[in-house]
Amino acid sequence: MTLIDFLQRLLGRDKPSGAMARERLQLVLAHDRSDLNPELLDQMRREILEVVQKYVEIDLESGDVSLETGDRVTALVANLPIRRARPQASELMQEPPLPVAESAPASPSS
Amino acid sequence: MPGAVTTASARIILICSGKGGVGKTTLTANLGIALARLGERTVVLDADFGLRNLDLLLGLENRIVYTAQEVLAGSCRLEQALVKHKQEPNLSLMPAGNPRMLEWLTPDDMKTIAKLVAERADYVLIDCPAGIEQGFKNAAAACQEAIVITTPEVSAVRDADRVIGLLHTQGIQPVQLVLNRVRPKMVANQEMLSVDDVTDILALPLLGLVVEDEQVIVSTNRGEPLTLNGNGDRSPAAQAYRNVARRLRGEGVPLIDPSKQRRGLRARLLDKFRKTGNF
Ligand SMILES: Nc1ncnc2c1ncn2[C@@H]1O[C@H](COP(=O)(O)OP(=O)(O)OP(=O)(O)O)[C@@H](O)[C@H]1O
Ligand SMILES: [Mg+2]
Repeated sequence: MTLIDFLQRLLGRDKPSGAMARERLQLVLAHDRSDLNPELLDQMRREILEVVQKYVEIDLESGDVSLETGDRVTALVANLPIRRARPQASELMQEPPLPVAESAPASPSS
Repeated sequence: MPGAVTTASARIILICSGKGGVGKTTLTANLGIALARLGERTVVLDADFGLRNLDLLLGLENRIVYTAQEVLAGSCRLEQALVKHKQEPNLSLMPAGNPRMLEWLTPDDMKTIAKLVAERADYVLIDCPAGIEQGFKNAAAACQEAIVITTPEVSAVRDADRVIGLLHTQGIQPVQLVLNRVRPKMVANQEMLSVDDVTDILALPLLGLVVEDEQVIVSTNRGEPLTLNGNGDRSPAAQAYRNVARRLRGEGVPLIDPSKQRRGLRARLLDKFRKTGNF
């Protein structure tokens, strides 16, 4: 490490490469371990949102479905802030389960 | 029959990494010698049929007559193929056969060889080829437990993770970790993955920690592993390999993280500023 590197580090302009290695590894291993390719993950994310939206109105902007890893276990973590319950949601109880795409009610915003 | 008892207790340990060139063969040779010096009857089994090197690291390359190939074919007896180390007669090498063996070798063949040598050993160390293809699968089939070795680099750790996943699905256990070629100064300056980083990410118990050490290359040139008597007395890597051997036997040898020992002024300053968040 040269003096310039050191000063830059002190000023917080330059992240140490050890920390970058750690972060990049954690991300890539989350995907390696789940064995899901990005397209599949994206599809799963969309379908989960569809299902959840049948019951509650969620904040799509701040919501997130992602893979997180730690201790050799990869978890699918969904963080979906709820705006309000859907008034029609209770009706869903009476109906027999239907394929997701057909039973999803049109959301008022779309 | 005393023979039957020892068979049951022989530990068959795979030494693997996923990525090539991270130190599997060096560890196998040094650990083999170290265990032998502790009085354990040890056989090192070269499962890297494509690119065999274990004979060279042990300085036994000129003494090979028969190999695992002839043993499997039944054209020689086991004792004829095993090459005994001159200085450490507790250690023997089972040499890898011709690279063309890869075309027909099966996991069952490896099991057969490992079981045969296990009959006259306390420890069998299998030097695994790099990769996760057939060579790895053959070697993994023959073992009960495994040591995964990696360096603190992203590609090596990623490949180690793949291998650990495969070992877990095959029910091999325990699986322990050796971290090789650690550069304490770089870790202290946070320019290298730390010991904690790697053990956290891979979630394996740490069996050993080997620093980057030029003596490793010198000993390889000579065909005399650092753990040999009178060799590597001032080599930190030699000490690390010996400690791995003792921990394997269940001795509680403390692990010391060299990067936490003598931290430079720069590293300590950086830490301080980071914590106070002043910058
Ligand atoms: N702690 C160390 N310090 C310095 N050099 C090392 C250390 N460990 C291993 N090496 C060097 O790294 C190189 C690769 O080591 P080795 O052959 O043991 O790796 P390997 O995993 O068996 O490789 P392969 O996948 O090709 O079988 C060698 O040149 C060796 O001398
Ligand atoms: Mg090798």
